[in-house]
Amino acid sequence: MIRFILIQNRAGKTRLAKWYMQFDDDEKQKLIEEVHAVVTVRDAKHTNFVEFRNFKIIYRRYAGLYFCICVDVSDNNLAYLEAIHNFVEVLNEYFHNVCELDLVFNFYKVYTVVDEMFLAGEIRETSQTKVLKQLLMLQSLE
Amino acid sequence: MPAVSKGDGMRGLAVFISDIRNCKSKEAEIKRINKELANIRSKFKGDKALDGYSKKKYVCKLLFIFLLGHDIDFGHMEAVNLLSSNKYTEKQIGYLFISVLVNSNSELIRLINNAIKNDLASRNPTFMCLALHCIANVGSREMGEAFAADIPRILVAGDSMDSVKQSAALCLLRLYKASPDLVPMGEWTARVVHLLNDQHMGVVTAAVSLITCLCKKNPDDFKTCISLAVSRLSRIVSSASTDLQDYTYYFVPAPWLSVKLLRLLQCYPPPEDAAVKGRLVECLETVLNKAQEPPKSKKVQHSNAKNAVLFETISLVIHYDSEPNLLVRACNQLGQFLQHRETNLRYLALESMCTLASSEFSHEAVKTHIDTVINALKTERDVSVRQRAADLLYAMCDRSNAKQIVSEMLRYLETADYAIREEIVLKVAILAEKYAVDYSWYVDTILNLIRIAGDYVSEEVWYRVLQIVTNRDDVQGYAAKTVFEALQAPACHENMVKVGGYILGEFGNLIAGDPRSSPPVQFSLLHSKFHLCSVATRALLLSTYIKFINLFPETKATIQGVLRAGSQLRNADVELQQRAVEYLTLSSVASTDVLATVLEEMPPFPERESSILAKLKRKKGPGAASALDEGRRDPSSNDINGGMDPTPSTVSTPSPSADLLGLRAAPPPATPAAPAANLLVDVFSDGPVQPSAGPTPEETFLSELEPPAPESPMALLADPAPAADPGPENIGPPIPEADELLNKFVCKNSGVLFENQLLQIGVKSEFRQNLGRMYLFYGNKTSVQFQNFSPTVVHPGDLQTQLAVQTKRVAAQVDGGAQVQQVLNIECLRDFLTPPLLSVRFRYGGTPQSLTLKLPVTLNKFFQPTEMAAQDFFQRWKQLSLPLQEAQKIFKANHPMDAEVTKAKLLGFGSALLDNVDPNPENFVGAGIIQTKALQVGCLLRLEPNAQAQMYRLTLRTSKEPVSRHLCELLAQQF
Repeated sequence: MIRFILIQNRAGKTRLAKWYMQFDDDEKQKLIEEVHAVVTVRDAKHTNFVEFRNFKIIYRRYAGLYFCICVDVSDNNLAYLEAIHNFVEVLNEYFHNVCELDLVFNFYKVYTVVDEMFLAGEIRETSQTKVLKQLLMLQSLE
Repeated sequence: MPAVSKGDGMRGLAVFISDIRNCKSKEAEIKRINKELANIRSKFKGDKALDGYSKKKYVCKLLFIFLLGHDIDFGHMEAVNLLSSNKYTEKQIGYLFISVLVNSNSELIRLINNAIKNDLASRNPTFMCLALHCIANVGSREMGEAFAADIPRILVAGDSMDSVKQSAALCLLRLYKASPDLVPMGEWTARVVHLLNDQHMGVVTAAVSLITCLCKKNPDDFKTCISLAVSRLSRIVSSASTDLQDYTYYFVPAPWLSVKLLRLLQCYPPPEDAAVKGRLVECLETVLNKAQEPPKSKKVQHSNAKNAVLFETISLVIHYDSEPNLLVRACNQLGQFLQHRETNLRYLALESMCTLASSEFSHEAVKTHIDTVINALKTERDVSVRQRAADLLYAMCDRSNAKQIVSEMLRYLETADYAIREEIVLKVAILAEKYAVDYSWYVDTILNLIRIAGDYVSEEVWYRVLQIVTNRDDVQGYAAKTVFEALQAPACHENMVKVGGYILGEFGNLIAGDPRSSPPVQFSLLHSKFHLCSVATRALLLSTYIKFINLFPETKATIQGVLRAGSQLRNADVELQQRAVEYLTLSSVASTDVLATVLEEMPPFPERESSILAKLKRKKGPGAASALDEGRRDPSSNDINGGMDPTPSTVSTPSPSADLLGLRAAPPPATPAAPAANLLVDVFSDGPVQPSAGPTPEETFLSELEPPAPESPMALLADPAPAADPGPENIGPPIPEADELLNKFVCKNSGVLFENQLLQIGVKSEFRQNLGRMYLFYGNKTSVQFQNFSPTVVHPGDLQTQLAVQTKRVAAQVDGGAQVQQVLNIECLRDFLTPPLLSVRFRYGGTPQSLTLKLPVTLNKFFQPTEMAAQDFFQRWKQLSLPLQEAQKIFKANHPMDAEVTKAKLLGFGSALLDNVDPNPENFVGAGIIQTKALQVGCLLRLEPNAQAQMYRLTLRTSKEPVSRHLCELLAQQF
């Protein structure tokens, strides 16, 4: 199960934090900093997986942004690695060549995209067509 | 083409965000935010009612400010108001604000229930989804109480839209995980399984997650899902790459759904139905076949998605562990990945192979890859990959390749990252011990470990080598010779000095015949290291010296000279000073015979689970246990190392490192002279520190636990309890805090039972089967003698028929500052609910004193831990399903909820902790048998912490009703 999803830039600024487990605010801040510290030191020769406390982080870097998913140790690494890419492709389509600024200015819409694709720490929908159709429909609502 | 421009719809928000981004400093940002907060506050407070749009915009700004890391203390009501808007964009912002901020303000939840109820009932799928997402995101118990009953209905209703079903399934999953008691099982559960057949793949994707969770908790009720999952999987796997359209990802049909289905199947053993099984095996073969086909795309997405399914397939094959053909194929496939250019695949292959190594079918196949794995250990750039390689080498190690693997790991250790050195050290130490054919190899290996990575050789490791050398006389001479040689190095690690000091102190005589290692040479070699060592090591060396006086009388004068030196006798460190003084006196006053008795060679250590293994398990968590347990199944390991047998240690201590040498007979906490925490006192505690203590208590401890035969001398000397028993009517009621004191000892066996200004009572006990022995230490804290000192044990009520306690008489006078010890032999005849009482009377300065305590003997002390597999556990759990056999308590946590502490307490309570039984890893499951003379009572327990609510639910099932209740009450007070 997904414990949290984080999008951070290289400087460590959080662009999205979605939690599927109860943490208090201080703990969240600590997690955000820890994830940044373990992920940014890794290079292309490293795996996309890092052990993290009692969990593991599956992450992928897109330009200056790190997309990180924290999951249980027994979870399928590659499935979540591709879930990240699937999510990024949806964002790219939805924001028409997504860039970091889109996520800043439309932070409240990013949450909607996340909820369409992931819910309660599980993968909810994987079809890009279906997700985009739904987002387009919501976009048309007042 | 859906595309959105920056902040469309809310210009004010976009402007605000730009302003913040343009701030040059933190101060400027705070200033801008404060200005905005003031503006929003005035808008919200203003007389003019705000329209929905403005409300939405301001709430959204507040949310942005919160996400920047600032506290928000208003605006909640406006957000709640947005929920009742009938415009989607307004509702969405309202829900978002609540989902994000709810942690900081749970008061909010009560205010929004109504709005959520309305949206759930609205029949508008968009609104329903918003409401469901909000429940799923918050997922609190309050939410569960309000909605858990409604959601199953929405999930299986014929007219629910697909997207609503998807959200409802996962929403229910979240509530079920948070508070399973709130989700009513019922007719819907049967229908939920059939969602596996749903036309809409998205619905199936969401539903599988829910079904998997339900299966883990109630495997029997959901068995029908097996065949449905297999047929769904089969349809996906055999489809052409374009059949599934929307759900094909880079030419791979529905990879995420396939993974989820394969994980669902891992909740169960292989299907019993031959047709279903045949179809499933066909699927697994298809996946393995496809892995050999040329890729349909060069994109990494294609290979990742394909391999995600492949790895999950291999996991299922390993889980079944019954198809040798598939296991070997899986192993070959992973073998190919070991050399793949993608680091991810090499990593995952190493990880997956580690579990394959423990299957008897594939162990040999895994071993053929040893060279590749050794190469990975040497060349991989990513430390986590090297770590997996080390794990795999450890898992594939057996007698045939142990020497190679150990020497490769030792070589690797010289350049290994600091982060993993300690783990490698532990692994080498375990393998060397487990597969030692001749023990000289073992000794060499451990000394090499200390030489190469002395700083990472923990106490457990060097204690263990001492235990083994002490217990095996065929290696003692070799060990003495080898450490003697190792100590010749000009710079040797302090751990080497410790091991050397101990071994020469015990077995130095075995090499004393050689003039090159004559007693004076041995002594001066050790003493040359003395001044560079820490206090702990110097203390150990002092003990070695006194042992030398016994072994080699010719060194006596030299050593006495060393002990007499001002630097020892007046050492600022109290431990060193005390040792010097006591050892010097001992060597001067004691006759050779006494000296020889006191300083005799250490007796063999009782065999128990290797402390190193325990340490590795603690380091690696439950994940490592499976690979390690494999070692247990290997029958050949037992002859060499009985210590690997999981002999249940009757000493319950949360930290195995505290009693490594099995010398729990350390001075009890009440002894003022030597702090119990000091390891070195432990090492020689039977010797010079308390020369008058008599035989090693640990030695007699376990052996005397057998029921005393009537003619045994011990029984003759012992006062039968009733004779000294004044009867309950003669003693006062227990002191008010007696219950509290008793509670402290439910999960532990030693500590200070009672203390006031006059008296301290320490207790130390050990239980095995239905027998126990307890040492009570009465310390006189005053400077005046206690007179007529008489502690007695009283059995209130029926207890006499349930518990037999024999006490030995103690001296009637206790001098000021002195301590006396009383031994109690305890036998549990049948289950009992009240503890015996301890009444202590004495005269202090002419005034009679009396005191009644509850003796820390509770029923759980007679627990014998029982290991069992998940299946057995559930079977037994079901067998104990009469309402009276179960006792349950839900209670608030009184202490911080720390999983490690909880574990330690449960182990201390006496039951075995079973891993991988409860599907929820947060929960604890235990099993054990209460041993009494008349009967045995099987007990199962389950503890479910709820960190969010700071509550626990504890369930006990035993075959005897009062026992369930009693244990439940005892244990519930511990958290």
